[in-house]
Amino acid sequence: MPIHEQSLIRPENIKSHEKLVLDGVDVSGHWSTFIAPRVVTDYNERLEEEIAALPGGEHIHRCWQCGSCTNSCTVNAVNPDFNPRYWIYLVRMGMESELLRDKEIIWQCVSCHKCTYACPRDVVPEGVMKATAHWLELKGHTPKSKSMHFDEEFSEQVFATGKIEEGRIIRGFFARTGQPLFQEWLVEMARRIARKFPIKLGLLMGIAALIRPRTRGWAKARDAISEYVEEQQAKQRDALGLVELASSELPGAATKRPRDRGDHGADDVR
Amino acid sequence: MEQTMSDSPADNRKSRYERVAYYPGCALEGSGHAYNRSTKEVGKALGLKLDEVKNWNCCGAMEVKNIDPKVQTYLSSRVMSIAANEMGAQVVMAPCNGCYHNLKKAEHDLAHDEASREVVDRISKKAGHATYRAGQLETIHALDWIKHGIGEDELKRRIRNSLQGLKVANYYGCMYTRPRHIFPEKDQGTGSESTSQPHFMDDLLAAAGAQNVDFPLKTACCGGAHTLSDSDTSTKLVLNILRAAEAAGAEVIATECPTCHSGLEMHQVRAEKVLGEKTSVKMLYFTQLLGIALGLSPRRVGVHENVSDSGDMLKSKGLA
Repeated sequence: MPIHEQSLIRPENIKSHEKLVLDGVDVSGHWSTFIAPRVVTDYNERLEEEIAALPGGEHIHRCWQCGSCTNSCTVNAVNPDFNPRYWIYLVRMGMESELLRDKEIIWQCVSCHKCTYACPRDVVPEGVMKATAHWLELKGHTPKSKSMHFDEEFSEQVFATGKIEEGRIIRGFFARTGQPLFQEWLVEMARRIARKFPIKLGLLMGIAALIRPRTRGWAKARDAISEYVEEQQAKQRDALGLVELASSELPGAATKRPRDRGDHGADDVR
Repeated sequence: MEQTMSDSPADNRKSRYERVAYYPGCALEGSGHAYNRSTKEVGKALGLKLDEVKNWNCCGAMEVKNIDPKVQTYLSSRVMSIAANEMGAQVVMAPCNGCYHNLKKAEHDLAHDEASREVVDRISKKAGHATYRAGQLETIHALDWIKHGIGEDELKRRIRNSLQGLKVANYYGCMYTRPRHIFPEKDQGTGSESTSQPHFMDDLLAAAGAQNVDFPLKTACCGGAHTLSDSDTSTKLVLNILRAAEAAGAEVIATECPTCHSGLEMHQVRAEKVLGEKTSVKMLYFTQLLGIALGLSPRRVGVHENVSDSGDMLKSKGLA
């Protein structure tokens, strides 16, 4: 008999026996699988508040766990461990250590908006995924994801000049993430473009690098945007309790937080 | 005169869309150049006029919102402010799904969210231009522009080179229909676009003679947001789309977004190189297909600029 939502049970807590006799009764077969009991004590009661303080996370409190987000999710279809409904639940319960088990994949949300389209409570799960991925990085649980590097490279160019140039973004992104630019498939792309339209390759890689596209008179907008973004980022760090920790400059300091305020209760995760 | 999308009378769309402000966006100046070119050529052939938004800026695509969503709203609002206040336009047309989506999202947020209005007003004042106010402008996609500015009947009359016998899968991607609430004019019954089963591109290409196949992944995601940062996922998603199109019998996937289009092209190559999965379906922008049907040469609509090589396929159909 399959265990429902087996992925939610820590594998080490599933006890299975080939042959098992209890009190003289042979319980071999599917009755011989047990789940070790577990009490969760390490709640972070501020977790929901912290996620809600980051852009995209504002409406997490509206969730009533219908699962429409996970059901419609593009990434879930290729990786069943990618489960927005479950992560929203963990955040709302303050179950940080459970959430951290999936910290390496949360950033993989592709922003297809299927969840936001399906959500009956306007939670904007896509935003919550972005906020959660951002939270993991700010708290030092994960290094900056490739996606965040890409977003930063892109945004810095927009903020600086008002426009982007794709070749510059690609070069900047590969440099930031320490990847070689000449990957076999990218070279093959370039070869196919060059075969039919050498000017386009020049256009993509050369001309725009010399004459950087920019919006005229952008300086004032640039300054106003930078000022606003810095203000917001300071507020976010403050909401996550990262202000003094930044001055102590301990790499692990960001993980210190109030723990275990005494609610030893529901253990829905088994 | 102020106008909101919901109260725009459908019957005067024809005259309203005859001359619109045009927001090409960054991708159409780079990898999506063929889309830019074919959109302008189709407009010219149909007598629809485009006035490019002066000194426009990037809409923030799918990236700036992850740094700050309200700055992304500002970026779109500046484009709309120029179109409405400096050019006196009533309608702005964006062929790129990302640009179109972001302008619609900004319109929605500025109409419904006080905090967004405050941030946009503050940055606009400091940047030295008029603040865009919700309702000043109607944002449309290139599909709306041709569907309502010309219509299928008129389009049929102008076809010189029917796409007859060409099997097409119409691919709309994510940003054209999701989330529903930023597109108040969609899902409004007969004649309006559907967010679950979009059909405007199908309608236009059918009018041009194409045989649209029954394609279940019209609004599937190509993984465009992570095309470089999580290439393995993007390749899987694109491969699904390509395989589904081939299974449906399509010879070509018609696209209406530069990110989707380059995503399909790039990951078709990557699937072949990295996974050894070869697919042969071609990709063309819907404006390229319409242009060819209107009698323009494939070169004129930039078919040679695509990575996906559809030259032989078009020749075999007598279209090149």
